[in-house]
Amino acid sequence: MSLATWVAIAASAVGAATPLVYAALGELVTERAGVLNLGVEGMMLVGAMSGFAVAVSTGSLLLGFLAAAAAGALIALLFAVLTLSLQTNQVATGLALTLFGVGLSAFAGRSFVGLPIARLPPLHIALLSELPVLGPLLFHYDLMVYLSLALCALIAWLLKRTRAGLRLRAVGEAPEIAHALGEPVTRIRYLAVLFGGAMSGIAGAYLSTALTPMWVEGMSAGRGWIALALVVFGTWKPWRVLGGAYLFGTVTVLQLYAQGLGIHVPSEFLSMLPYLATIVVLVVICRDARTILLNQPASLGRSFHPGY
Amino acid sequence: MWPFDRSPWPLRLERRAKPSMAMRMASSPLAAVAMVVTGFLTLSLLGTDPVAAFKVFFVEPLSSLYGLGELLLKATPLMLCALGLAPGYRANVWNIGAEGQFTIGAITGGGAALYWTPAMTHGALPLILLAGVLGGMAWAAIPAFLRSQFRTSEIFVSLMLVYIAQLLLSYLVHGPWRDPAGQNFPQSPPLPDNALLAPLFDGARVNVGFLIALALAALSWWFGHATAAGYRMRVSGLAPAAAAYAGISQRRNIWLAMLIGGGTAGLAGICEVAGPIGMLQPSISPGYGFAAIIVAFVGRLHPLGIVLASLLMSALYLGGESAQVELQLPSSVSGLFQGALLFFLLAAELLIHFRVRRT
Repeated sequence: MSLATWVAIAASAVGAATPLVYAALGELVTERAGVLNLGVEGMMLVGAMSGFAVAVSTGSLLLGFLAAAAAGALIALLFAVLTLSLQTNQVATGLALTLFGVGLSAFAGRSFVGLPIARLPPLHIALLSELPVLGPLLFHYDLMVYLSLALCALIAWLLKRTRAGLRLRAVGEAPEIAHALGEPVTRIRYLAVLFGGAMSGIAGAYLSTALTPMWVEGMSAGRGWIALALVVFGTWKPWRVLGGAYLFGTVTVLQLYAQGLGIHVPSEFLSMLPYLATIVVLVVICRDARTILLNQPASLGRSFHPGY
Repeated sequence: MWPFDRSPWPLRLERRAKPSMAMRMASSPLAAVAMVVTGFLTLSLLGTDPVAAFKVFFVEPLSSLYGLGELLLKATPLMLCALGLAPGYRANVWNIGAEGQFTIGAITGGGAALYWTPAMTHGALPLILLAGVLGGMAWAAIPAFLRSQFRTSEIFVSLMLVYIAQLLLSYLVHGPWRDPAGQNFPQSPPLPDNALLAPLFDGARVNVGFLIALALAALSWWFGHATAAGYRMRVSGLAPAAAAYAGISQRRNIWLAMLIGGGTAGLAGICEVAGPIGMLQPSISPGYGFAAIIVAFVGRLHPLGIVLASLLMSALYLGGESAQVELQLPSSVSGLFQGALLFFLLAAELLIHFRVRRT
């Protein structure tokens, strides 16, 4: 294996990780506000479909990503109204959102199957992109990759260092106390759910316009669920979630290079790796009960009814 | 509560002193009606004549003996899977991987039929069905073990195992189990005659699997309402803290719930392979394991409700197929309706615990 191959593996791992980064960071914010939205897979598919459809129809990838974020937020709103205002069970409603999103995207996107699209191009930065090794490794990604890193830094800073982040965390840890202190618990949770939906929508659009530029029904293939698992794996901390996503990106692309690495296993078994890895990392992180107890938002998954 | 606490909203929610029995009965029918109404509004917006669509969707598929047989045939796997999921959901054990346990049941049962029992003159079928049940149970035992041993969420593990099971099936039918006489199609040889479930009556494909599902519905009513284990599972779901204080073992509940769910899903899988499909192929389920989650909720986790809900859901599948042929609508329209049905149901359940008041 030459150095160039290793660089190529690392670079494509970053691409495979990016949709996971967006979806997992969005879900992280939702969960830090105390809401468990299991509908990530459905929101990603709706985002992938609407992003692709708008990008193909208008020729503008920017409009595609904006539409994907809006569509993701819109069906997250459905989840928010049901769980936050109508007090339905968050697990059941999240599952419903996923099943609904799978059906909706397949139905609404049927006329876009198989259409070609110009993929999101990698940036070319004068001099830097041409550096040997470092060029392809650091300076040759598309804009959305760099944006995801900036977002991770921004979310980490907002959550830890700002008043807004403190209020969001207070709502997730102790909604009754936050309510008694005058925080608009339900409104903050609405915003967190909508943000998570928009991020999942963007993650989907990245799949359908950058990673594999096409639309096929069910194309997210469980990535939404892997993103949900990454939030647990990253113990609800943005930088760890980012690291986890890159780890998974690497596992995903390794299967493509397995033949070159001299591993001769049927392709189906290599395709199982990301799913197996998800199970393994969850077991590793959950083995010590304290890890979850200390890091999981205390009110995660519980409804909050302010009462009158 | 926001946004319903603002003055422009003329209505607000008020918690009932005790849950409404009437609403408990009415919520599923209400949701079904709301889904049908929304469905036809959507179709007319898309330019399809709603009356014609209603006929194509619900009348034509069911207006022949063959059609009625298909209704029961498609209801069978939904009923089996949902009956197995319900006790777990009542005990807060969220097995959402029935689709994977279904696939493994098809693999182990189908493997037994192809390579173990062909020479047997009697008793092959019970062994094959048992192999399917055990396969589904083994697959469900993985999340049960990881949850009870390491507190790993059974939601994620059971779902990840769906993808792994489907890849395993794909490997088998592309590789070692591929029919040498199958012109390179990724499929196993057809199951021998002694491994096939016979149709219940001439002119239809519904088989004895449907009767097994009905018997299991009765058994599951008995389990839930007349056994201590069923009672313990219900208490754990309704009041986890009280259950723990009373010494009810959550670990035992997890194992029971997962094994029941895995077993019935595995049975559903082998019933499909030994019934209408007759061989192993890469895709053996149009998402029955996931649709069964909706069936379980629409049936309000009650055996009788599940029997009715699986018939409704089966009608949706048939309607979707018929609409695909006659109205050129994509078959995914049934997925859309299924998801909408669950949303409406969750919203209707609100009325059990709250009443709507004018401000």
